[in-house]
Amino acid sequence: MKYLSEYRNLEATKRYINKIHEITTKNWNIMEICGGQTHGLVKNGILELLPDKVRMIHGPGCPVCVTPLNLIDKAVELLENGVIVCSFGDMIRVPGSKKSLLEAKANGGDLRVLYSPIEAVTVAKQNPEKEVVFFAVGFETTAPANALSVLHAEKEGITNYSILTSHVLVPPAMEAILDDEFNTINAFLAAGHVCAIMGTEEYYPIVDKYKIPIVVTGFEPLDLVQGIYIAVNQLESKTYKLENQYARVVKEEGNIAAKKVIQQVFEVSDREWRGIGLIPNSGYRLRKKYEQYDAEEKFNISNIKVPENANCIAGEILKGLKKPYECSQFGKTCVPANPLGAPMVSSEGACAAYYHFSNHVIDQ
Amino acid sequence: MDTKDFGFSTIHLGHGSGGELTRKLLDNIIFTTFNNEYLNQKHDGSIVKMNSNIAISTDSFVITPIFFKGGNIGELAVNGTVNDVAMCGAIPKYISLAFIIEEGLKIEEFVAIVNSIKKAADESGVLVITGDTKVVERGKGDKIFINTTGFGEQHPKASISVQNIQPGDKILVNGYIAQHGIAIMSEREGLQFESTITSDTTNLNFLVNDLLDTFGDKIKLFRDPTRGGLGTVLHEIANDISLGVYLKENDIPVEKQVAAACEMLGLDPMYVANEGVFVVVVDPSIENEVLALMKNHEKGKNTAVIGEFTSEHPNKVVMQSSIGGKRIVSPLVGEQLPRIC
Repeated sequence: MKYLSEYRNLEATKRYINKIHEITTKNWNIMEICGGQTHGLVKNGILELLPDKVRMIHGPGCPVCVTPLNLIDKAVELLENGVIVCSFGDMIRVPGSKKSLLEAKANGGDLRVLYSPIEAVTVAKQNPEKEVVFFAVGFETTAPANALSVLHAEKEGITNYSILTSHVLVPPAMEAILDDEFNTINAFLAAGHVCAIMGTEEYYPIVDKYKIPIVVTGFEPLDLVQGIYIAVNQLESKTYKLENQYARVVKEEGNIAAKKVIQQVFEVSDREWRGIGLIPNSGYRLRKKYEQYDAEEKFNISNIKVPENANCIAGEILKGLKKPYECSQFGKTCVPANPLGAPMVSSEGACAAYYHFSNHVIDQ
Repeated sequence: MDTKDFGFSTIHLGHGSGGELTRKLLDNIIFTTFNNEYLNQKHDGSIVKMNSNIAISTDSFVITPIFFKGGNIGELAVNGTVNDVAMCGAIPKYISLAFIIEEGLKIEEFVAIVNSIKKAADESGVLVITGDTKVVERGKGDKIFINTTGFGEQHPKASISVQNIQPGDKILVNGYIAQHGIAIMSEREGLQFESTITSDTTNLNFLVNDLLDTFGDKIKLFRDPTRGGLGTVLHEIANDISLGVYLKENDIPVEKQVAAACEMLGLDPMYVANEGVFVVVVDPSIENEVLALMKNHEKGKNTAVIGEFTSEHPNKVVMQSSIGGKRIVSPLVGEQLPRIC
């Protein structure tokens, strides 16, 4: 695992930081899309090494954060009705309107934390007398594995498996952010792992329409500073194009096999984003052919609707309009042990990144 | 010991009844294994002689799985408590041993655990002097829970207290962090992955004793970062005395496989549990001598100086990242949760 040393190399990172300082003459707002990138920036102390003029704005790429509140309530409802709910770990502490999955587990729900949806199919196979639901949230990155779990279940004739899905897509969210009247973003660092699946093609139209630099960027310190350098360099030289910093992982065409599986199982649909609202054509839903694997239909829970906590500014955080420390609840009534909203829980959430790692807390 | 001669292959509720079956279980397994002058009196408790102030520490062990790479719940229950007594600056002498067993536990497993307890107790020089065995219905336990309480004599030169810590004091750890937690995780249902990472469970009392013999009150504090990991423990200490802790990420010893596993699982080694790791806080004047002594000891070969206390940023643990930035190390909230992608 060379990246642990090479891509966290002090000297190489410093060289890029210095280069960014040398070329920066104007104020630039650069949004990193992915919460993994946000954590990389904050955890490694990169923000404070950048010139004051380069301001990183943290984007919506935290799957847990953008999963609507009602979906958590739906998962809790399933747990409380004897369904085995399988979930990625991030999701289980996020508060629903009444409780989190973890609290529902403490009350007797059978909740399993898994690393892969394929394992959930195995759980279904081992528990034929029970219904098993995988909480299939995420961006394009997790869609192939979630789709594959449905195909596995179909192939093996497993009928007690379904998915509670809330898949969201990056490009429509970028457009929604750029179309916001308060938008100040000058350039994007696109999420490397999303592009590893989907490729880079769908970003060219955004570059052209909004005349904005997009740099496909990785997650290690060296990736991040190189991505920022490329973005600033474009901005300073008044160019805008798509560049791929993360070429060691991301191919122009993406992962064709993975895209095929997504295509087979899912179709593009409108999606509600927590804190942001409905964005047209911004997510996936199961195709008609696979509707028997749709937990919302199977258990008739699609009607559960709940309002957001009025004190949580997750929407403004996710659109990059506010920094976590600009929230009046940050670190006070809203802490990881008692979060008001998802960005304070997820390991990809901007609020959690600032709470756990940031100098803003050191200075207080 | 041949388990076939016992006349039973699993433990059931009768073994906790206090009657004949309990007696059989104790005679066949417990008394024959631990066989010492205190226990052999078969009294309700034991009377022991201590020569100084007494350090007492108790701990309960509820680990899943009960057998794991590098150990089992039995040796963990001894080493954990022995180490807690040692962290007080004391020499562990005696431990109590209480089992809560879920019916259905295989006798072979119970015997293997008891044998590990005996081996770990012998290795750390403590005697099991009293105990208890309860059996609960299936579904009301998790195979076996163990509680141990340790009793130790305070080392004559020990002056261990967080209040002794001054700005400038150095922080050392005796070896690679996060091994125990990752070893356990690699065997948990749903998370299995292949690795050769083993738990670091071991006794630390002899190394602690050597340090106190040599450096006395210049050793300010011992603390073993078990649950919550190194990050949480350092944060607790900083908060207790309103000082800051300054760490350098590159100096924190993390074995390569463990670092890779943490990356893969999305966990931070600073919050992963340890069993054979301890933090030593020392006066800066003896930093190099302590380092040399520890590196020379079997339980401290990979000792490293990882940071120091400072009057800047009180109550905060600040870490210089490998690329030269700074971040805070906050305490762990709940369990570390694996991330989505």
